Amino acid sequence: MAPRLEDENPDRLYMVTGGRSSVADDGLDLVTIIVSECDPTPGMQSEHVRILRLCTSPMAIVEIASELRLPVSVVRILLCDLLDMGRITARSPRPAPAESRLPDPELLRQVLVGLEQL
Amino acid sequence: MAGSTTTGLKIVIVGGFGVGKTTMVKSVSEIRPLSTEETLTLAGEQVDDARGVERKSTTTVAFDFGRISLNPEMVLYLFGAPGQERFWFLWDRLFTGTLGAVVLVDTRRLADSWYAIDRLEHHRTPFVVAHNRFGDPTHSLDQVRDALDLSSDVPLVECDARRRESSKAVLITLVNHLYALSSAR
Repeated sequence: MAPRLEDENPDRLYMVTGGRSSVADDGLDLVTIIVSECDPTPGMQSEHVRILRLCTSPMAIVEIASELRLPVSVVRILLCDLLDMGRITARSPRPAPAESRLPDPELLRQVLVGLEQL
Repeated sequence: MAGSTTTGLKIVIVGGFGVGKTTMVKSVSEIRPLSTEETLTLAGEQVDDARGVERKSTTTVAFDFGRISLNPEMVLYLFGAPGQERFWFLWDRLFTGTLGAVVLVDTRRLADSWYAIDRLEHHRTPFVVAHNRFGDPTHSLDQVRDALDLSSDVPLVECDARRRESSKAVLITLVNHLYALSSAR
């Protein structure tokens, strides 16, 4: 059984991120979809390898965090590294138009259709 | 998840402790609800006198989420968010970019929802209120609306969060509300 997140050793989390505790505004949301753009290479950090394997099928950041049993903030740092190296791409949610927080009606119509088919 | 997913969307279900948020996520999610954590570093909470340096303390909060594949390209994530005031820091992250929110209320603890409703109005996040009945026939929706001091333009519905059809109807009520607001713009 995998270790529970609350039992995680903070020192290990420190090592995983190279000591960083946050990144500047990275534009990554919990539901940003991540896709691998390459295979893992020898010598790559093990968390990076796991992310590349998970994201051969597109996966949201929150699901990656849950799979890796790492806090979302730690996963975002790892993803920023991979983005910088061009090893993944990110598909961000469509931003709501300025002034209002409402998505456009066409998007909402598609959501309704999907929900009604549940 | 399908290989062609391009869009991740989210709806936040917020409410007090024990009101049924995870139950609602579970009843409509296509996966068993997963859990993850967000951490917050609180700088300068304590001062270590021996060394004269500030320590940082970290607060961690767990939250549940579920998933609904709407079509091959779009996936909707449902987040169960604790509504209590001490979790305010989680809210900004969760609410940025959310389609809207469901406030789940329980007549035994209506006061637990006041803070959540305040924050949603402050964030200008559109929301609906769902009264999770737990078989409680004693309060009418009008009574609930009065007790919450809820504006007449916010939809309020009854639900049974354990039932898939009922939870689905709540989500449809929210998206219809969003659609009406968005179309009227």
